[in-house]
Amino acid sequence: MLSTGSNLPDTVSGTLPPKPEIGLPLWLLAELTYRCPLQCPYCSNPLDFAEQGKELSTEQWIKVFREAREMGAAQLGFSGGEPLVRQDLAELIAEARKLGFYTNLITSGIGLTEQKISDFKKAGLDHIQISFQASDEQVNNLLAGSKKAFAQKLEMARAVKAHGYPMVLNFVTHRHNIDKIDRIIELCIALEADFVELATCQFYGWAQLNRVGLLPTKEQLVRAERVTNEYRARLEAEGHPCKLIFVTPDYYEERPKACMNGWGSIFLTVTPDGTALPCHGARQMPVQFPNVRDHSMQHIWYDSFGFNRFRGYDWMPEPCRSCDEKEKDFGGCRCQAFMLTGDASNADPVCSKSQHHGVILKAREEAEHATQTIEQLAFRNERNSRLIAKS
Amino acid sequence: MSFDRSKTPTWRTGYRYQYEPAQKGHVLLYPEGMIKLNESAALIGGLIDGERDVAAIIAELDAKFPGVPELGEDIEQFMEVARAQHWIELA
Repeated sequence: MLSTGSNLPDTVSGTLPPKPEIGLPLWLLAELTYRCPLQCPYCSNPLDFAEQGKELSTEQWIKVFREAREMGAAQLGFSGGEPLVRQDLAELIAEARKLGFYTNLITSGIGLTEQKISDFKKAGLDHIQISFQASDEQVNNLLAGSKKAFAQKLEMARAVKAHGYPMVLNFVTHRHNIDKIDRIIELCIALEADFVELATCQFYGWAQLNRVGLLPTKEQLVRAERVTNEYRARLEAEGHPCKLIFVTPDYYEERPKACMNGWGSIFLTVTPDGTALPCHGARQMPVQFPNVRDHSMQHIWYDSFGFNRFRGYDWMPEPCRSCDEKEKDFGGCRCQAFMLTGDASNADPVCSKSQHHGVILKAREEAEHATQTIEQLAFRNERNSRLIAKS
Repeated sequence: MSFDRSKTPTWRTGYRYQYEPAQKGHVLLYPEGMIKLNESAALIGGLIDGERDVAAIIAELDAKFPGVPELGEDIEQFMEVARAQHWIELA
């Protein structure tokens, strides 16, 4: 187990409560399964997903929803893997909606049919998010590891709107597709998306493994943000309801992101086998996380070791401990600190105050000279997952 | 430019107004997001049903809270903001 840091001298005594009041778990992400027909090389699922335990049953998921809802959870995301492979999805949607959740289906669109779109609507599904890999068929299918993916996604996006759902389209952008951002935005507007997430790859799971082949250059990023802002201005002038959300990769920041709005602050993820996490990337950390098979959601959120591990500020070593920005960014992302420095308590190396910031500078430098093609990326599939788990 | 009180507000598709017991207040839920409404916004929001026009909403709140100065203007302002944010449609 890692040092908790609580035996360090308290240099900020009296300025902040060491254990601030715990917020409500407003956001519940239900990763129903790790099974997925696609093989995206930037998937945030753990590298060893193929070695994880048995999936929760319908009844176990419903218990999770009921308990979380009683505790104040209002947004529920059905995610994965590909949630559509769960045969009980319509039943889970119906139960969740009955409990009062706002229900979001986060899907690749592969496996979706008009019949399912209509059945889910009857079950009470509030919203469907479809993820695209690129704006043109060839790059999309290459990244998805599927020959028919693009045409299917277009058809399903049109069907989602035709059935009266609000729709979010999600594009994970990286060095191989970010220069087409204008075409991506045009496509989303044509498909009548209500929200468009232009999310530059965040480097966890498979994306971290493939980082050199995915991280865009600074120049690519600056251009993409400028193009996005031009479209935003145009949409606003037209009174157009479509909203563009641009997520910059933190590798080009000097201060870390306020990851998950703080550890155990509003987000709660439950993985396919029932492990509860403060964010979907936390599984890889050397922290004992509770399982919904063994504990109530009440215990998990308020009392478990894992959810309390990085709450508050008294676990922080320097430079975070005496930093006057710690209430703003909470020292950044714990998973990234662990991945890049070996100690999850350290400052996120994105921060220029971190002694490990050189790792980020080196990654930026590598992005200037990277030559990896899409075909050379490690694709997220069972075979690769088992190979990685063994090595 | 004067506000047309004969228009009827409806929540935009996918936007849901509901009471959250854990937060002891009303919220507006939408795809992957939530806005906590303050007390007056919650009162106005509770009357948006696709039937009442703005004038009816003003009349109803005026009857409930008689003598509140500039009540009508406050409600108009809420409608303007909610429309600009694309939370509601006014038709």
